[in-house]
Amino acid sequence: METSNFDFNFSTTNNKIELLGNLNKSSLPKLISFINNNLKYTIDLKKLHHVDSCSLIYLISLEKQGSILINNKFKDLYEHYKRYYLDEIPKEKGNKNFIENIGKTTYKNLQELKVFIIFLGELFYYFFYSLIKPNKIRFKEMLKYIDASGIGALGIITLTSFLVGIVIAYQGAVQLEKFGANIFIVEMICITMFREIAPLLTAIVIAGRTASSYTAQIGAMKITEEVDAMKTMAFEPTIFITLPRVFALFISLPLLVFFADVIAVGSGMIVAYIDLDITYAEFINRMYEEVGIKHFLIGIIKSIFFGIAIAIIGCYRGFQVRNNTTSIGKYTTKSVVNAIFVVIALNAIFSVILTESGL
Amino acid sequence: MNVIKVRNLYTSFDKNVIHNNISFDIKKNEIFGILGGSGSGKTVLIKQIVMLQKIQKGEIIFLNENLSNLTLKKEENLKLQFSYLFQFGALYSFLNVLENVQVILKEYTKLPKDLITKIALTNLNMVGLDISSAYLYPSQLSGGMKKKVALARALANQPKILFLDEPTSGLDPSSTIQFNDLIKKLKNTLDLTIIIITHDLDTIKSTLDRFIILKDTKIHFNGTLTQALESKDKITRSFLTFKKDSYANKN
Repeated sequence: METSNFDFNFSTTNNKIELLGNLNKSSLPKLISFINNNLKYTIDLKKLHHVDSCSLIYLISLEKQGSILINNKFKDLYEHYKRYYLDEIPKEKGNKNFIENIGKTTYKNLQELKVFIIFLGELFYYFFYSLIKPNKIRFKEMLKYIDASGIGALGIITLTSFLVGIVIAYQGAVQLEKFGANIFIVEMICITMFREIAPLLTAIVIAGRTASSYTAQIGAMKITEEVDAMKTMAFEPTIFITLPRVFALFISLPLLVFFADVIAVGSGMIVAYIDLDITYAEFINRMYEEVGIKHFLIGIIKSIFFGIAIAIIGCYRGFQVRNNTTSIGKYTTKSVVNAIFVVIALNAIFSVILTESGL
Repeated sequence: MNVIKVRNLYTSFDKNVIHNNISFDIKKNEIFGILGGSGSGKTVLIKQIVMLQKIQKGEIIFLNENLSNLTLKKEENLKLQFSYLFQFGALYSFLNVLENVQVILKEYTKLPKDLITKIALTNLNMVGLDISSAYLYPSQLSGGMKKKVALARALANQPKILFLDEPTSGLDPSSTIQFNDLIKKLKNTLDLTIIIITHDLDTIKSTLDRFIILKDTKIHFNGTLTQALESKDKITRSFLTFKKDSYANKN
């Protein structure tokens, strides 16, 4: 914007600053740097052609320190802004007290825990309710979510489990070859994959992919007040929103893990054939004889729990979204981080319990 | 002097024609209203003027610049000369009330920080917002308060032209009256040109200098309130007299 047509004359005889031309927000800094916060002069606006509100507010703020001569042209405007001018800047209510903050945070976390328990309680209540009245289950929605979070994830699950299968088999092959224990590659690949890697890997991929999408979907519905609209129409959000998603992952995650098992063992077979000269028939025979079905079942059963946990966390964080756009991002991040953490923690708990009980 | 000239503007979405060859002028220092039923293309028109939507056919001359061919520099310059008050405020949710008002001055001027704060507070005070809510975030405000903050933000920039999209919807009656007084006063004291989309009869009656009525893809009426009331045209008359009568009955 034009700054050129503003100027001021300063005369030392009567300590007067005479303003000329257009005083606006771009030309104002010139005057401010001249006055430099200690006004002992009179400012004369009589020859000023145009003035904007920013400059007027600045002049009003100087009024306490010096005098200002206003011509009739700007008098109304000056008086108008003077009426609303506030010299005191209100202080932000910050609480710097450390102990108070600890208390507040603890209380907030407890409240959040309470809300989560209520959410879980509602979920279980409506779960059993819908078992008694199966016509309340939203099958169509459920199928839609199975399609989105199960079938839609096949590509990435194929890729990740194939690559991880190759890596594990390849690293194992190098070590086993040293002992001449080539054939043990079969147990190594099958047990690690069935029992630990495939369920964990799939669950983590789904936590990143699906938990985030559930949170963002539900969060957007909260912001547009769709969830409230449902409540006023007596559509219970737990039945309409949460349960179909929980059922969807409950069903699709074990299937995805089975799929990941197949791909990972398949890629292990390829490596075993290329690196250790174990034919596919040998590999399958050995697997049939030596690898118990329990390893496979443990992986599948674990994944059911992972699926339920991921869906619950995704939905719960979605319902926590408040009416502003930043909170969607915040809770989506939280939901993914929590879901991944819970999957890993659950896996550790399963591992300890099952190993201790000799399975 | 015409601030905005719209010439033969044609807009359609798919096969749905919104504007069919409409032309009008907005003069400097007037309060200009854009009226019309829902879906008559008021918001689309105003969004084309502020460069939020593309012009399909025809041209818009805004402060002597043709909007269809602008350099980036000219576009930025033009954008700094007007403010737009969105229908639902469109405050930045990651900034608090005070920062929302300060942000454009902070970015585009070299004024000292505490002066910017004072400008922001004065503007907030002027639109009638309680200063104790200066540090609240938009999500903590009611719809009417958001609107007031948005107006303060639009005014703090000291625009030459102010676009208001349904400024009084969601305000309580006394705020509406205050708001109408405020824009009239601002227009006179600050040499503002104000373009308003409105349905509010109070605003139409008390503030508008001139207005257009959009109907069936055309400009159905273009003139002042007195002209509209004198006009023999049925639709214009029914549009206004109906409102006028209901207003009279209320009193």
